[in-house]
Amino acid sequence: MVKHLSTKTLLLLAILFWGSMSAFAQTGQVTGTVTDAGDGTTLPGASVVVKGTVTGTVTDINGKYSISVSPNATLVFSFVGYESQEVLVQPNTVVNVPLQMQSTALSELVVIGYGVQKKGDATGSVSVIGSKDFNQGAITTPQQLLAGKSAGVVITSSSGAPGSGSTIRIRGGSSMSASNDPLIVVDGVPLDNVGISGMSNPLSVVNPNDIETFTVLKDASATAIYGSRASNGVIMITTKKGKAGSKLKLSYNGYLSMGVAPKFVDVLSGDEFRQLASDKFGTNNIDSAGLARLGTANTDWQSEIYRSAISQDHNISATGSYKTMPYRFSYGYTNEQGILENTDMKRNSLTLNLNPTFLNDDLKVNINAKGSFSKNNFGNDGAVGSAVRFDPTQPVMNGNSRYAGYYTWTMDGTPNGEYNQMATSNPVAQIDLTDNQSKVNRYIANGQFDYRLPFLPDLHANLNLAIDQYSSSGHNNADTTAMWTRRAGFGQLIDYNQEGYTKTLDFTLNYKKDLDAIKSKIEVMGGYSWQHFYRKGDNYQRSIVNESHPLIVADSSNYATENFLVSFFGRINYSLMDRYLVTFTLRDDGSSRFSEDNRWGLFPSVALAWKLKNESFFKDVDALYDLKLRLGWGQTGQQNINNGDYPYMGTYRISQPSAYYQFGGTWYPTLRPNAYDPNIKWETTTTQNIGIDFSFLEDRVSGSFDLYNRVTDDLINFIPIPNGSNFSNYLTTNVGSLENNGYEIALNFKPISNKEVVWDFGFNLSYNQNEITKLTRTDDPNYMGVATGGISGGTGNNIQIQSVGYPTNSFFVLQQVYGSNGMPLEGLYVDLSGQGGNVAGNLANFYHYKKPAADYMMGINTRLDYRNWDFALSGRVSIGNYVYNNVASQTFYGNLYNNSFWQNMTSQIENTEFNNAQYFSDLYVENASFFKMDYMSAGYSFDKLITEKLSGRVSFTVQNAFTITKYKGLDPEVDGGIDNNFYPRARIFLLGLNVDF
Amino acid sequence: MKRIKFISLFVIFTLVIVTSCVKDLDVKPIDSNVIVSENLMDREGAMIQALAKLYASFAVPGQDGVGGSGDISGIDNGFGVYTRALWMLQELTTDEALCAWNDQTIKDFHWHTWSPTDVFNAAMYSRIIYTVSICNEYVRNSAGSSDPDVIKYNAEARFLRALAYYHAIDMYGRSAFITEADLPGAFFPKETDRVSLFNYVEGELKAIENSLGEPRFEYGRADKAAAWMLLARLYLNAEVYLGAGNSKYAECIEYSTKVINAGYTLEPDYRMNFGADNHLSQEMIFAINYDGEFTRSYGGTTYIIHAATGDNMSAAALGIGSGWGGNRTTKEFVNILVDTLAYPPLATDTTFARVPDKRVYLWLLKSWEINNVGTFSDGIGVRKFTNMNHDGTPAVHPHNDFPCTDYPIFRLADTYLMRAEANLRLVGGDAGQALSDVNMVRGRAYGDASGNITAGQLSLDYILDERGRELYWEGVRRTDLIRYDKFTGGAYLWSWKGNVKEGKATESYRNLFPIPASEVGANPNIHQNDGY
Repeated sequence: MVKHLSTKTLLLLAILFWGSMSAFAQTGQVTGTVTDAGDGTTLPGASVVVKGTVTGTVTDINGKYSISVSPNATLVFSFVGYESQEVLVQPNTVVNVPLQMQSTALSELVVIGYGVQKKGDATGSVSVIGSKDFNQGAITTPQQLLAGKSAGVVITSSSGAPGSGSTIRIRGGSSMSASNDPLIVVDGVPLDNVGISGMSNPLSVVNPNDIETFTVLKDASATAIYGSRASNGVIMITTKKGKAGSKLKLSYNGYLSMGVAPKFVDVLSGDEFRQLASDKFGTNNIDSAGLARLGTANTDWQSEIYRSAISQDHNISATGSYKTMPYRFSYGYTNEQGILENTDMKRNSLTLNLNPTFLNDDLKVNINAKGSFSKNNFGNDGAVGSAVRFDPTQPVMNGNSRYAGYYTWTMDGTPNGEYNQMATSNPVAQIDLTDNQSKVNRYIANGQFDYRLPFLPDLHANLNLAIDQYSSSGHNNADTTAMWTRRAGFGQLIDYNQEGYTKTLDFTLNYKKDLDAIKSKIEVMGGYSWQHFYRKGDNYQRSIVNESHPLIVADSSNYATENFLVSFFGRINYSLMDRYLVTFTLRDDGSSRFSEDNRWGLFPSVALAWKLKNESFFKDVDALYDLKLRLGWGQTGQQNINNGDYPYMGTYRISQPSAYYQFGGTWYPTLRPNAYDPNIKWETTTTQNIGIDFSFLEDRVSGSFDLYNRVTDDLINFIPIPNGSNFSNYLTTNVGSLENNGYEIALNFKPISNKEVVWDFGFNLSYNQNEITKLTRTDDPNYMGVATGGISGGTGNNIQIQSVGYPTNSFFVLQQVYGSNGMPLEGLYVDLSGQGGNVAGNLANFYHYKKPAADYMMGINTRLDYRNWDFALSGRVSIGNYVYNNVASQTFYGNLYNNSFWQNMTSQIENTEFNNAQYFSDLYVENASFFKMDYMSAGYSFDKLITEKLSGRVSFTVQNAFTITKYKGLDPEVDGGIDNNFYPRARIFLLGLNVDF
Repeated sequence: MKRIKFISLFVIFTLVIVTSCVKDLDVKPIDSNVIVSENLMDREGAMIQALAKLYASFAVPGQDGVGGSGDISGIDNGFGVYTRALWMLQELTTDEALCAWNDQTIKDFHWHTWSPTDVFNAAMYSRIIYTVSICNEYVRNSAGSSDPDVIKYNAEARFLRALAYYHAIDMYGRSAFITEADLPGAFFPKETDRVSLFNYVEGELKAIENSLGEPRFEYGRADKAAAWMLLARLYLNAEVYLGAGNSKYAECIEYSTKVINAGYTLEPDYRMNFGADNHLSQEMIFAINYDGEFTRSYGGTTYIIHAATGDNMSAAALGIGSGWGGNRTTKEFVNILVDTLAYPPLATDTTFARVPDKRVYLWLLKSWEINNVGTFSDGIGVRKFTNMNHDGTPAVHPHNDFPCTDYPIFRLADTYLMRAEANLRLVGGDAGQALSDVNMVRGRAYGDASGNITAGQLSLDYILDERGRELYWEGVRRTDLIRYDKFTGGAYLWSWKGNVKEGKATESYRNLFPIPASEVGANPNIHQNDGY
């Protein structure tokens, strides 16, 4: 309260100060009415500010205002939803101002690489998602704001764990072994896209509440300016900023939420399990000794490990202008509980933005600083799978003294016997005895200096200096009573640390000239960029051999690595008669990851746009509001090869202490020559894009359509090579090609738009097909491909494959044979090769069946504003995505009782009745197409509550409201397409409050 | 004027920044674990440490022990360990062992149904050629040295290359062929056939014979006896490798005799060769070394001991934390190992403790018959290898997962039996020496002469059985059965051979494993073996 008062006092003093200053001049009143230029109605509550000051007023209920000004003052009139207008005024006059409705987004500036552009002048495929369109709900990471909102952008959260990250794919992936993540640029700072240990989501440095817009650059003509890192698209995040001349505005935004597990895996109860066990007596290794080990309890292990998770999030921001320096400061606090016991994430974040101007506005400075300080408690998500499998007839605790009382499978069946290390761990013990926490600090700071040369005002020089730094430290410990640690020793102590930074220097020169004589506008930009990425880390693991043996080093490792990128780039935008637009970009990228001969990659792009609406034949068609045709071609590069920073260099690696070798009485570290490709070079993606932007009926219906083709050549690929040709059987080298074809439709409707009711409806659809077109040097048609996609069950089993002629990560399975009753016949598969013998043991009988990526993705969202009420829905449809149900494939009777312990079954056993593992049956590859209602929300906005200035909104949201799918597992949305008991995504009920004053 | 000054200053500033930054692209690794190849010799001890890697290629998956940084890819790190792949291909395909797991195509080995796409087979092949490639690098780097130590190291690298190529001769009959003359890069290595590879390996071993250290000069290092032993093995199997009529039994006798005279003695306690202290065994000629602290992997003896332990077998008694319940043996093999007519399996004697032959380390599980390959307790458990010292005390570096037990490649009992067999096979061979060699081995097994046999009892088939009794689970069974023509075909059937419970005849082309399909696909010079 004291703080609040003092802020107000300061504000008052500031106003008095400015007031007394102006008193020296000959001041006088200006009065007038602010109206809507369209229908002439008056606009109450419009703001009137003397430019360059904080002096201002608002129009009254009749749209009238009165303000004291000095001679030759400029008044700025603004109102939400209208274009601002500046008027030069003299004291003691009447000035009536009609304001134009902001009817279109065409004149909005969009952030593009190294600059801004009017959206209407964009030649590439660019989509902008503003804060109004963001997803609502308990959002703790930036990616969540964007899911389903932009055509061609697929965002899949990896799990429901607190603060967990998401996989972002723009127009499918264009790489195989190399990274498929888009480049993310935050306020002009390209982030290093590297996993940080102890931080499940590298993007969580950005508080979602601070984000103003996302700009997604999809085609090469838009992304090529980022050349080397843009093959998978670019997402540019712009955070909120202060505005010149604005008053201090304080804002609070927060929520309280409760998350629950939407459903549990359907497993047998204790009674059902006992029944099944006795039914199966005499088969599957089940004998009377086994039956004697069954318990009498009815434990629902899943409800033992999940909880109703209460989370909260609070954000305060202050926006305004100190003298002529606009500022924004915000503080955010997040405390997110996971639905799995003993998991949570706490985060404090601070941001500061200053954007002053100097030297008569010639020098514009933009300073951003962001800090995020998070504490993660990862707990033990191994309990998710254990709870599905653990014998429901056993109690949680059995009073033993050896394993902290938690029921534990022992070799001899006695409570304190030797731990049976083949057995499932007690999920509750996994939760309670694990201490798995990390602290991560990350800072991003940058300063952008834009200088307009006084002697050549058309030329701007822009310097951007940035540093992105992080440090993390964590531990993953388990008590010595933890049964699952007994395999390697007693207890577990793991410490890890990681730190790193990215330093960026960008310098650009920008020249802009209107050549009225030839009805042309030209903009030329040239620049230089330097980036240094550095990372280092260590890991130290130890355990106790047995009760009497001291701690010994089990494993330790450390690493340090760095790489550099240096680039020269340029762009020319040319516009003729505001109808024909041409953009040409060129980037020359140097990466330290390649040898001197292959270091530089040249990435050009060209794009044409035709503003059809401005042609004479469309000019007078009133129904047609905007029509623009776009054509683009460009190349981008990839050097983020996921295999070290020195792939072209012959190196030796020293072994860690667990891989020493003994001669006589001495253990020697060993030196290994590493495989390397001295000729490794850039992977290149060529994109072609045809797009059309349209808008009808005063922008009531607007949208765009894009058709694209992306071909990646010289794929950086980790693939088998001829044995003996290098120092391994696999090598990261440039082999192969990959193609993505697809289209995107984005549509926005505004069926109703008047003062009382505004109804918006948004729809986007994207279709993408991906195919590997080349994979080996020899082009051997018999070459099967590279196995990938490890599953749980057995060791080393893979369910997916990369093969020529098929999409990446296609499932590679055996075709199940079914009996006349529709039940699968165990172990019987179609002999596709015709080679006979053991069909299941011959890979020649495996076939490509479906893939995890969806054919069609749709985003549907709508928002209805009625007076002070607002209602919103947002959902996603995914069609043609398949999931390997690894939970079901581990359900077979042979797993009931094995190695002297019992395991529960999911109810899917009824669909197969299998006795033995049949991991490769195609029946486990299930259609996981879905519709998900991501959120439903209702809000009520209020203003002038208690005081004039207090306004805000209360809202209620249900997030992850429901899912419609045929998929038999828990959740059809599975990152990577292999469902093996991942941390479930919660259904969240949320109460939100937003207050501005 | 001011403008020009400004512009020129700006240009100079820019040029300086830009050129210095472009130089940043010339990076050198900053990781202390990584050495640029040209700086290798700057490191103290580089030659012996690089040599240690050649040995370690047989022991561990890569530079991080059990963890990442594996030498070869496309295979689980544990499966890709040389000794594990070797053991699987040599033992799981025979009467001595079968596996209960669901790991990929693992059951195909025992069923004789493996295919060219088999990943375990691919791992073996890749591991062999990988080992050759790093030996080549070492031979290149150490060539021409006058340092007596380095001359010895160079010979050891050539021995290890010969050993790896020997495995290619034995298991594949053909392979990619690279020597120190082939620099690493992107090329298609040539193919070699069985005879050429035999001649190459024989020539190499003879060429290095005098450069290697004297027998037993340092434990863990390949010495003259190791080379002699490998030559003897080549010669014993020469008819298999070179074709009928190309026998070299006299040469086998010559080189086994060299080994026998080199100062090794049979340990009185058979278990001395299979426990955590087996590095002290007086009969160990060459072994791959493991240690609970410093040399860890999920291959080698870690795999052998853990995979053999399951159901009600005691893990603690073998010095490990737990079993993996995978490998056990068949009743057909137990009938060879134990005279089951005299000593039938009894529930009261689950370990056959009453059998006088002290080489019997068995454990009766639930079912003598193997009704289901996937059920570990169907079959007979084997407890031959242990992570305890031979006297039952714990290992020097005890670890629940990783034993100190070394993986024996060559030991003296094998030498005696090889010489005996060569004498019997050689026209005009010394049958008396054969009998005394066999009885030497049996005398140790029984602790006295009570197990000795007579000349009338000795036959070639008897030696095959005796090799089974002495050397079971030591990775030689497949080679032995092929020499006796009992591996494929119907001459000898065991449970689940040919994927039927009673066993059935299998195709003779399976005496060789297929060249991995991935290799045939990646290298146009390499051809597939007949039948596949």
